[in-house]
Amino acid sequence: MAHPSQLGFQDAASPVMEELLHFHDHTLMIVFLISTLVLYIIMAMVTTKLTNKFILDSQEIEIIWTLLPALILILIALPSLRILYLMDEVNDPHLTVKALGHQWYWSYEYTDYNNFGFDSYMVPTQDLTPGQFRLLDVDHRMVIPTESPVRVLITADDVLHSWAVPSLGIKMDAVPGRLNQTAFIVSRPGIYYGQCSEICGANHSFMPIVVEAIPLKHFENWSTLMLENSSP
Amino acid sequence: MSDRINEKIQNYRTAPFDARFPNTNQTRNCYQNYLDFHRCNKALSAKQQDPAPCEWYRRVYTSLCPMGWVCLWGEIHTFIYLYKNVNSDGIKLNIY
Repeated sequence: MAHPSQLGFQDAASPVMEELLHFHDHTLMIVFLISTLVLYIIMAMVTTKLTNKFILDSQEIEIIWTLLPALILILIALPSLRILYLMDEVNDPHLTVKALGHQWYWSYEYTDYNNFGFDSYMVPTQDLTPGQFRLLDVDHRMVIPTESPVRVLITADDVLHSWAVPSLGIKMDAVPGRLNQTAFIVSRPGIYYGQCSEICGANHSFMPIVVEAIPLKHFENWSTLMLENSSP
Repeated sequence: MSDRINEKIQNYRTAPFDARFPNTNQTRNCYQNYLDFHRCNKALSAKQQDPAPCEWYRRVYTSLCPMGWVCLWGEIHTFIYLYKNVNSDGIKLNIY
């Protein structure tokens, strides 16, 4: 989850997010290098008493400062496209979960075997127990198994919402009447937080998303328990 | 052929990748399987055959479609079935 005075991304919990992190590191390094070079050149130009009134042209430097940016752009584009196509790979999910956005809570449905679903409301600040996070924790988390490809189908019941979990590298709009698909694999067990990412009314800031990833065996126990509790 | 379908239904985990709907928008995938299930049922019942193969479509649309949508379509289906022979003036659909 995010922590105070955080500068970088949250730790990656899925392979795609790891790739995005590394790509960001690579691109940011290029950006820092270019900015440092330009800043140095500006400082050097500004702080010298030497002048040269007779330069007209120079073929060599023109070639360098045309080819070098082109090369840098290719160095950025190739990893970028690699990740783009990686995210678009055909996947064979083991589980489908539906996330429905409402004003102002999410509901999750697991209907592969039985029709079972539940609502996920934010825990109000006055009801927090010690150790819970303000504006982030919910009463019922979306539970999924680790190391299994999961497909999430996102839609909304009323207005636009957006389902986002930064540690998994996912953000997908919840549009009423439309079913948006995204897929991910959670590499390690843990609890991952996100928040609604599309303005949706008064309590837009108060409908967080919590994904809990547990090993498959525990997931099976959890779903059995949830089914028993929900059946009349 | 029916053995293969039965095996597929028995080993069903979740809706597999469908090349007809490769993109992010899966609305049509859900709706198409819902329609296919009902058409399959209708066609096989008309021929007095076992509608067991239609179970595949039912599993897929149950996996993909939100429960609320399925409920709504079921009610619309029932409404159309009940009132198909009635003049439509003045009939209101109260489903909310």
